[in-house]
Amino acid sequence: MKTASSFLELEDGRPLVPVWFEGRELQLPEGSNLAAAMLAAGVGTFRYTPVSGAPRAPFCMMGACFDCLVEVDGVTRQACMLEVTDGLRLSMPRKGRDMTDAEN
Amino acid sequence: MDSDFAIIGGGVVGLSVAWGLLKRGKRVLVLDGDDGSFRASRGNFGLVWVQSKGIKQPRYAAWSQQSATAWAGFADELADATGHDMSLEQTGGYDLHFSEETLKKTVAQYEELKAKLDGNYPYEVLDRKALLAEEPEIGPKVVGAILHHQDGHVNPLKLLRSLADDVRRLGGQVLSEKTVTDVRKSDVFTITCADGSHVQANKVILSAGLGAMELGPKLGFKAPIRPQRGQVLITEKLPKLINRPSLIARQVDEGGVQIGATNEEVGLNDGVTQSGLSGLASEAVAAYPVLADAQLVRVWGALRILSPDGLPIYQESPEMAGAFLVTCHSGITLAAAHARFLPDWLEGTNAAPDLEVFSEDRFIVS
Repeated sequence: MKTASSFLELEDGRPLVPVWFEGRELQLPEGSNLAAAMLAAGVGTFRYTPVSGAPRAPFCMMGACFDCLVEVDGVTRQACMLEVTDGLRLSMPRKGRDMTDAEN
Repeated sequence: MDSDFAIIGGGVVGLSVAWGLLKRGKRVLVLDGDDGSFRASRGNFGLVWVQSKGIKQPRYAAWSQQSATAWAGFADELADATGHDMSLEQTGGYDLHFSEETLKKTVAQYEELKAKLDGNYPYEVLDRKALLAEEPEIGPKVVGAILHHQDGHVNPLKLLRSLADDVRRLGGQVLSEKTVTDVRKSDVFTITCADGSHVQANKVILSAGLGAMELGPKLGFKAPIRPQRGQVLITEKLPKLINRPSLIARQVDEGGVQIGATNEEVGLNDGVTQSGLSGLASEAVAAYPVLADAQLVRVWGALRILSPDGLPIYQESPEMAGAFLVTCHSGITLAAAHARFLPDWLEGTNAAPDLEVFSEDRFIVS
């Protein structure tokens, strides 16, 4: 499913593979940067902060800001430091998942 | 135009003193270093801490208590002026123990100190069950804790920002990237910087942290200080899992858990080591097992500024009247005292605190 996104993807011929985020299937180019691919696929909120519950998405795209966190196999990881692999199952970090979208 | 005071060092210590002097209408100039300087104000653990300090010198315990007591008003005034909340919490802090013996030994020391402080040393011993009621995430290896009610913590970077903002707002002049190379006195003090510039002032305060190792003797101080490295770690932001700070870990206002700290005599080296970090992490996991799942965001090393006995040094130069050395390990804890009480000592008023035991006389070898 492709939703409106401000990001355009390079047409570099990578095969699309299924990735699940919060139970929703995304078709992402295999081997591409996970944070970039998720943004291009229209994912606007990667997580909610544990303290205030504010929504967050990638900011620096270079491993420094820790805003693009997702959970993989029970571990919180930086999406911008991962590559898309076939069948990857992602969720929002559980430490923030119960929070509601408090700010907007 | 001359300044009343030139302050060498724009960290938390120098800026706290600058703020206090500006509040009294003094003209203040602050000379700050650069990113190559060792900057304890940017790397510290953020505790506003009383317990365990001054076991051998009750005056130091009392001075820390005086500052801790003044902290809330100091923080409120800075917040009102700058609009920055520093997230000060003073609801007590723990000394966590993994053995009954160390707990008992520490309690004995605290009892002795408490007697010397006329009973003003409000702490209680929490056994494992009582501690669990306060801190549900505490691990099975922790046998108990000393909860000292005068302890707390603050966001030290927000403190630094607030002070830097308010010193400027109050009319203080802050010059950055100034490495002071020499100080001379004739009618007034002339301070020379590495870039060739000069500034003049009627009085000088040396609060340059480790910079005083070199500059101190030039102004007639002994300045027998040394660096001691502390490595620290900080985790990803987590929901509330630690209520009160300890020397092992504290959860900062933004959700990260800061884990500290090593005590290493490695000279002017503020790097990190695998063994240092691993040791800290395993101790923190022993204290709070839930941290085993937490991701680390950053680690760093910073250098404490230590005198031989660990106490602050407050000294007017015997060779250059009007030059003062102000240096300490606990710039965060003592920020309120430096802002509120030290100006009276610097100006020699009747309200000056008695800082005799912190003079350099104690370093004279007999």
